[in-house]
Amino acid sequence: MDPHSLKKLNAEREARRAAVLVTNLDDGRDRVICEGDEVAGALGQAVAAGLRSGRSGLVEADGTQFFLNVHLPPPRLVVIGAVHISQALTPMAKIAGFDVEIIDPRTAFATPERFPDVPLLAEWPQDVLEKHPFDPYTAVAALTHDPKIDDPALVSALQTGCFYVGALGSRKTHAKRLDRLTAAGLSEDMLARIHAPIGVDIGAASPAEIAVAVLAEIIAAFRRRGLADKREGKAA
Amino acid sequence: MMHVANLDENRDPLLIAEAWMKDGKDVAVATVMETWGSAPRPVGSHLVIDTEGNFEGSVSGGCVEGAVVAEAMDVLDSGKATMLEFGVADETAWEVGLSCGGRIKVYVERLG
Repeated sequence: MDPHSLKKLNAEREARRAAVLVTNLDDGRDRVICEGDEVAGALGQAVAAGLRSGRSGLVEADGTQFFLNVHLPPPRLVVIGAVHISQALTPMAKIAGFDVEIIDPRTAFATPERFPDVPLLAEWPQDVLEKHPFDPYTAVAALTHDPKIDDPALVSALQTGCFYVGALGSRKTHAKRLDRLTAAGLSEDMLARIHAPIGVDIGAASPAEIAVAVLAEIIAAFRRRGLADKREGKAA
Repeated sequence: MMHVANLDENRDPLLIAEAWMKDGKDVAVATVMETWGSAPRPVGSHLVIDTEGNFEGSVSGGCVEGAVVAEAMDVLDSGKATMLEFGVADETAWEVGLSCGGRIKVYVERLG
């Protein structure tokens, strides 16, 4: 393994960016391909498929055998609102393999008794995000119903290109939200990325059922997320 | 976010390999490249080895690590990468095998 490849790969992984270490098994040489890099031909297709699925493996391209070791950052879910739905969504999302965090400045809601075993930040989203911003492998579900809390998180999530952005509220509530966010300067294309009303339509009624609907929508967004649209391509 | 230690520098084999390299050590990297049946570690898993036989990470549940470390010594000497295959029914060169019944291919190469 080329020491430069190792350093580059580790730097990408530590920055929570997707990367693939491609090893040519005929000559033993390797290189790191970052998500968003253009790679031509059959190898490029295999790399793109690997980045989507997260699966590593041997591939044959142009008569040469390659090993693709795919490194995806673990997906993270940040829930805005320490509410009833969040109490069901948090353990479900953890079981599905997400790192979960909750942000809610209302200390009456954000208590460890209500949310054991999960990082709970009783602060305003904008204060948390200043220190620890979202990244594209983060899903953001805004569940407070309170624009003062939800909106700053939604703006940041859309500007960051989070792979999922969802917001609780009826169509009427969402229409008002769109007005506010448009006034805040967000484009129509960006606003169209918000999943609202939140969750896959399964007729969910209880908080736990809504949590199932939301988690299903997050998983679908993660597995089908667009590639190369949020990062500038750079040569491998 | 707040608690994000993205990678665990005490357990992540590729971070350990980089740290060893910075300390001036020669390092071999072993990678699971293919599995059949019930292999304990997924494709892409790493074991990293230094010249003194120290190792971190895993390519199996502990069944074949010893053999991989031994082979890594030759790879560190020669600089030539090699592909190893382990399996319970494998009667070829390898005496060790996977008791779980799976088979794995492990690529061993030198860093640098």
